[in-house]
Amino acid sequence: MRRLLLATACAALLSQAAAAQTLRVVLREDADILDPTLARTYVGRIVFAGLCDKLFDINDKLEIVPQLALSHEWTDPTTLVIKLRPGVTFHDGTPMDAAAVKYSLERHVTLQGSFRRSELNVMDRVEVVDPLTVRIVLKTASSPFLAQLTDRAGMIVSPKAAEAAGKDFGLRPVCAGPFSFKERVPQDRIVLERFPGYWNKDAIKLERVIYQPIPDSSIRLANLQAGSVDLVEYILPTDVDAVRRNPRLRIAITDYLGYQGITFNVGNGPRSKAPITADSRVRRAFELSLDREALVQVVYAGLYTPTVQGLSPSSPYYDPALKPPARDVAAAKALLKEAGVALPVPVSFMVPNNPDLRQAAEVIQSMAAEAGFNVQITSTEFASALQAESRGDYELFLLAWSGRVDPDGNLYSFLHSTGAQNLAKYSNPVVDKALDDARLTDDPARRRQYYAGMWAAERQDLPILYLWTQKNIAGLSAKVEGFKPMPDGMIRLQGVSLAK
Amino acid sequence: MTGQPAPASSPALIAWRRFRARPAAVLGFAVIALLVFVAVAAPLVAPYDPVTQSYSAIRKAPTLQHLMGTDENGRDVLSRIMFGARASLLAGVVSVLIAAGIGIPVGLLAGFAGGWVDGVIGRLVDAMLACPFLILAIALAAALGPSLTNAMIAIGITAAPIFVRVARGATLDAATYDYVEAARATGNPPWRVALRHILPNIVPPVLVQATLAIAAAIIAEASLSFLGQGQQPPAPSWGSMLLSAQRFLGDAPWLAIFPGAAIFLAVLAFNLVGDGLRDALDLRRR
Amino acid sequence: MRSYLAGRLLQVIPTILLVSVLVFALQQFLPGDPAVVLAGEERGDPVVLQQIRAELWLDRSVPVQYLHWIGNVLHGDLGVSWRLREPIASLILAKLPVTMQLGGMAFMIALLIGIPAGILSAAQRNRPLDYVANLVGLAGLSTPNFWLGIMLILLVSVKLGWLPPSGYVPLWEDWRQSLATTIMPAFVLGNSIAAILMRHTRSAMLTALDQDYIRTARAKGLREWRVVLRHAFRNALVPVVTLGALELGTLLSGAVLTEFVFSIPGFGKLIVDAVFNRDYPVVQGVVLVTAGMFILLNLLADVLYVVINPRLRVA
Repeated sequence: MRRLLLATACAALLSQAAAAQTLRVVLREDADILDPTLARTYVGRIVFAGLCDKLFDINDKLEIVPQLALSHEWTDPTTLVIKLRPGVTFHDGTPMDAAAVKYSLERHVTLQGSFRRSELNVMDRVEVVDPLTVRIVLKTASSPFLAQLTDRAGMIVSPKAAEAAGKDFGLRPVCAGPFSFKERVPQDRIVLERFPGYWNKDAIKLERVIYQPIPDSSIRLANLQAGSVDLVEYILPTDVDAVRRNPRLRIAITDYLGYQGITFNVGNGPRSKAPITADSRVRRAFELSLDREALVQVVYAGLYTPTVQGLSPSSPYYDPALKPPARDVAAAKALLKEAGVALPVPVSFMVPNNPDLRQAAEVIQSMAAEAGFNVQITSTEFASALQAESRGDYELFLLAWSGRVDPDGNLYSFLHSTGAQNLAKYSNPVVDKALDDARLTDDPARRRQYYAGMWAAERQDLPILYLWTQKNIAGLSAKVEGFKPMPDGMIRLQGVSLAK
Repeated sequence: MTGQPAPASSPALIAWRRFRARPAAVLGFAVIALLVFVAVAAPLVAPYDPVTQSYSAIRKAPTLQHLMGTDENGRDVLSRIMFGARASLLAGVVSVLIAAGIGIPVGLLAGFAGGWVDGVIGRLVDAMLACPFLILAIALAAALGPSLTNAMIAIGITAAPIFVRVARGATLDAATYDYVEAARATGNPPWRVALRHILPNIVPPVLVQATLAIAAAIIAEASLSFLGQGQQPPAPSWGSMLLSAQRFLGDAPWLAIFPGAAIFLAVLAFNLVGDGLRDALDLRRR
Repeated sequence: MRSYLAGRLLQVIPTILLVSVLVFALQQFLPGDPAVVLAGEERGDPVVLQQIRAELWLDRSVPVQYLHWIGNVLHGDLGVSWRLREPIASLILAKLPVTMQLGGMAFMIALLIGIPAGILSAAQRNRPLDYVANLVGLAGLSTPNFWLGIMLILLVSVKLGWLPPSGYVPLWEDWRQSLATTIMPAFVLGNSIAAILMRHTRSAMLTALDQDYIRTARAKGLREWRVVLRHAFRNALVPVVTLGALELGTLLSGAVLTEFVFSIPGFGKLIVDAVFNRDYPVVQGVVLVTAGMFILLNLLADVLYVVINPRLRVA
C-alpha cells in the first residue's frame, strides 16, 4: 500500500513542471475578491500575504515593524509622517512612491464598495511631501490608526493597473508583494508566481505558491497526511494528535488575535427585555454556571485558552491578572434568587451552523441547566443569523471575532455605544469614556489603565461573555522549512522553502 | 376510447396474498415494524438518555457498556440512534403526508378537469421537477427557518409534484372505467364521482409512490440535517449525527458508520415494501 | 411529427419562464439580507450597506429586480456573482465540465454495472440470482450518497491510502490524477443510477423476452444466450437508454452532496455555497441553466422515443 502511495506521489511530482519549489497551501474556504480595497474574508488576507506588501507589518510580539515603509513619526497627535522604502517596484514594473501610496489610501476611502472605509475613517487627507515621504493628517488623535496600516488598509496597489482595471482590479491584482498573480480558478485554486523584482527577493526561496480551499476539516487532514499538500492553515484542535503522531508532519501553534464569545442582546428590541438580557445578575449567574476549562477540553482538546478578555494573550494589553472565574453553581443559583427570576430561566441561544460551535453550545446548555437555565439552541446558517442579529431577533448569539492587532480593534466596535458592530446597542458611559480616552494617547501604560477601568465595568454588565481565545493551528509537511507562525494567522512566505 | 372493465372486487385480499408471498417485502415490513417500535418505545428501550453528556467518556469505541460507542460529548450512540429514529420516521411520514395532501387533490383536479387547468398545473409541475430537488429543499428550509418541522414542510412541498403526476395519471386511467363513465352519464356531480369512484382507484399507485417517497424523504431529511438545517441540537437525528461525525473520521469512525447504517436500513426497508406493494398491486412498471 | 415537435417546443418556453419566476421568488423568501452578508465585518455601517444595496439593485422593488435580471438574461448576460465578482457565465463554463466529467463517469459506471445486472436478472427471472440482484440494486438505491462517500473516504483514503481523499484535477492536466480524484465520487453518484438502470433493463428485457419473435427464435433452436443477447437486448436497449438519459436530473441532485463531501469544485458545490451566501445571481443563473438543460433533455428523450417507436406517435 505504502509503495503504491509513494509511486503515485512520485508520478504526481514528476508530472508537474517546476514542482521543486511549489508550496501548496490549503485554506479553510475560498478567498473572496483579491482586491485589498474590496476584500473582506480572513483567508483572503492569507493570499494577500504573498501577493501584496503593506506599509507596515507586525512581529510575533505584535509590535509594528517596517515593510514598504521604513519609519514613521507622529509630528503632532494628528499628523503621521511616513518615510518609504526606496527601490520598490510593483509587479507591472512601475515604481512604488509617495504618489502610489496616496493613490492607494485614497482608493480605500473613495472606491465604491470599499470595505476599508471604517478602518480609515479617522483619516482626513494624505499629502505627498517628496517621492519617498508621505504625510497623513487625521481628523482627531487616534493611536490605533497606525495598526490599520499593517493590514489591508496599508496595502499599496499599482496606480497604473488600478486605474486601468477599476473595479475589476481584483481579477488580476498588481501589488508589490513577493509573488505576482498568475491565475485563479474560483473555488479551486489561486496560483502565485515569484516576482523577480521583489525588494526583499533574497528572502524568497519558493518559485510558486498554490492556494486551495478545502472546507471539510477531515479532508484537509487527509490531504496533509497523504502528502498532496504542504501546509494547511487551519487544523482542528481535535486533529492535532493525529498530526503530531505522524513523523512526516509538524504542527505550528500560536495564539490567535481573535476570540469566541456570547453576545447578549441587551438593548435591541423587545427581546432585550427577557430575563437574561434585561438583568446583568442573570448573565453573571449564567457565566458562573459555565466551566470554560471543561468546555475547551471537550470541544477543542484543551488547546484553546479560556478568557474573560476579548484580547489575545500575546497582546501587550492583555491583563494576566484578569482570569475567568471558576465554575460555581451555588453562587449562580444565589444570584438568580437575588434577581428574583422564575426558574427555570428560558434562554434562546442562536448558534452558527458549524459542527464545533454546535457541540460547544450543547455543552453550555448542559452546564447551564444545572444552575436552572433552560437553554434552547437554534442552529442558524450564517446569513439568517446576521439578519436576526441586526433585527434584535435573538437573546444570545455565539459570535466570534477574527481579531485585530491593536486592542481597540477588538473592543471599540463592540463595546462602545456608537460602535459599528454593537448591534445589541449596549451603552455604558464609563465604558465609552475609557475606550475614547484609550484612543487619544499612544502611551501603552496609560492605555492599559484605561482598559483596566473599562474591564471593571464590562465584567459587571457582561454585555459580551468572552469564552475563549482560539489558536492558530497550522499543519505542515516536515519538508517545509523556515515557516514562522504569527499571531495574526497569516502565512508569510519570506524564508520559507521546501526540502528536497 | 373504449371503456375497460373495472378490476376484480376484493383486490385488497389478492394484493395481500401476493405481498405475503415475497420474502423481501415481508422482511422490509418487519424492519419497519421494528423501527417504529424502537422509535415509539425509545424511552423504555434505550440504555441511556440520549442527551446526557459525560466528559469522561468522550469518543469511546464500542464496548459492552456502550454497544455503539460514545460521541464527542460522551453521549451513548445507540441511545441517540434509537431516539433519532423518531426524527427520521416522523420526517419521512409527515413529509409524505404533506406531499400527498397537496399532490393528490391537485392531481385529481388536473386529471378530472382537463383543458387549460390541466395545462397550467402541468407546466407548474414540470417547472418544479426541473429544479434540482435538493436545492429547492435547502432553499425552502432556509426560508422557513431551521427546525425539524420546517424541514418536513420543505420536503413535503418539494415532493408534491410527483404525487400530482401519479394522481393525475391514475385519475385519467380510472376515468375510462365503465362504471365511472356510467356514474358520470347518470348525472352525478363531478365531486361525487371524484370522491366515490375515482379516489378509491388511485389509492394503489399513490400508496406505492407514498412508500417509496417515505424512503426518499428519510434521505432528504438526513441530507438537510447533514447541511445543518433540520433537527436542532441536542435532539438527535441521524443526519446531524453524520454531520458531527465528519470531523472525527480518522479517530472515531463508528460515529459515522452507525447513523449511516441506520438511514440505509430504514430506507431499504421502505423501498422493499414499496417494491412489494407495486408487484402485489400488479401495476404496470414505469 | 413536425407538429408534435412544435407543440412540445412551445410547451418548453412557459416552463422555463416559470422556473425563472420560481427560483427568483424563492430567493426573496430566504431570510437574511444579502447586503449584510456581503458587508461581512462592516455590516454595522449603514453607509456601506446602502452602497451595496444600490449597486446590486436591492433597493428597488422585487418585480423591478426580476425584470432587470430576466431582461439581462434574454440578452445573454447572466450577471455577476456578488461574492466572487466573477461573471456567472464564466463560472458556469468553468464548473460545468467538472460536474459533467463526474456525471459522465458516474453514468458510465452505472451503465457498466446496471445493464449487465439487469440482463442477468431478467434471464434468471424469479430464480435466486434475480432476487439477489434485486436486493443489491435496492441497497444501492437506499444508500445515502453522502454517507457512502464518507465511508469510501474512510476506507480507501484514510485507512488504505490508495486514493486522494478530495480535490479535483482536470482531465486535460493529468489524466491519471484526474481519474484518481474522481473515481470515488463517480462511483458514489453512479451507484444509485446503476440500481435504477438495472431495474429498467430488467423490466424492458422481460417485456422483450415475452414477445412472439423470441418464441420463434427459441423454436428455431437458437441457444438461450444468443436469444437473450442478440435479440431481446437490442430491442430493450432503446427504452433503457432514453429513460436513462432522464436520470441526469437525479445526477445533478446527487452531485450537490457528493461534491460537498469530496470537495470537488463543481456545479453542486457552487450552488450550495451560493444559497448559503445569499449570492442570488449565482443561484438564479445556475438553476435556470440546469433547469433549461433538464427540460431540453426531457424534450430530446421524448422525441427520440417517438421517433424510434412509431407505435407511440399520437394519432
